Amino acid sequence: MKVRIHVSLKPGVLDPQGRAVHHALEGLGFTGVEDVRVGRLIELDVADGTSEAQLEEMCRKLLANTVIENFRVETAEAA
Amino acid sequence: MAFRGAVITFPGSNCDRDMAVALEKVSGTPALRVWHGDADLPERLDFVGVPGGFSYGDYLRCGAIASRSPIMRAVVEAAGRGVPVLGVCNGFQVLTESGLLPGALMRNAQLTFTCRTVPLRVENSQSLFTGGYEQGQQVMLPVAHHDGNYFADEETLDRLEGEGRVAFRYLDACNGSRRDIAGILNTAGNVLGMMPHPERAIEADHGGSDGRALFQNAVESLIAA
Repeated sequence: MKVRIHVSLKPGVLDPQGRAVHHALEGLGFTGVEDVRVGRLIELDVADGTSEAQLEEMCRKLLANTVIENFRVETAEAA
Repeated sequence: MAFRGAVITFPGSNCDRDMAVALEKVSGTPALRVWHGDADLPERLDFVGVPGGFSYGDYLRCGAIASRSPIMRAVVEAAGRGVPVLGVCNGFQVLTESGLLPGALMRNAQLTFTCRTVPLRVENSQSLFTGGYEQGQQVMLPVAHHDGNYFADEETLDRLEGEGRVAFRYLDACNGSRRDIAGILNTAGNVLGMMPHPERAIEADHGGSDGRALFQNAVESLIAA
């Protein structure tokens, strides 16, 4: 079973990398970009039947640092 | 009794030897060296050093993988029993990732790797680690990091300040750290994490020796205890 874990910085946490990417986009002439936040996508291939709770525990214990990051688990088969 | 200090080495640590040398210089006893895969610390330890470097290549997040290594379970348990633990640079990141210290260390606000000697103010001179300094004393210590931007929510920051747990503060904006925090203590005061490198400033030949008092005070207090 393919699983995607989306890790993103919590709102309110300053994202220096996102800011740099934002500046670079503006430097390339792209206008109208309001904000950029850089996150992380982690793809897992797990045994069928792995529960949502187990996946969330993986996120809390290792894949995300919940002091500064939020995570979202996506288990769509198409992933 | 002879001082018994240990220094942890993770794959990618690069300041472990420096910390071991600093401990030996002030205590006269060679530091024990402990590998990340070990499940246990040596017995009767007086001090554990978690060194700087790039443990596990900084994969996932700085310090994230190291903080889940077998030896860190033993370090967390020892810290809970009151064994002094010092984490420097990547060691500080490992201590926050392991939950021994609050907050997180993010990418420097200016995005660049910062490698220079910076002025710091000693904010708490009552701890085991900082008792060799005067309250408010200015010290010069080297920093060398890309991810030293200390973050915690306002409530945590207020608690740290209120409880006197900010050990060192940057005197010039170094990396975007909230409230210019450079080093913090745990509630019990036996765990210190800091981005600047005291072990790189223990002799005049290093360009400065302001870091020596940290090790000196810790070792002398522990031997006397």
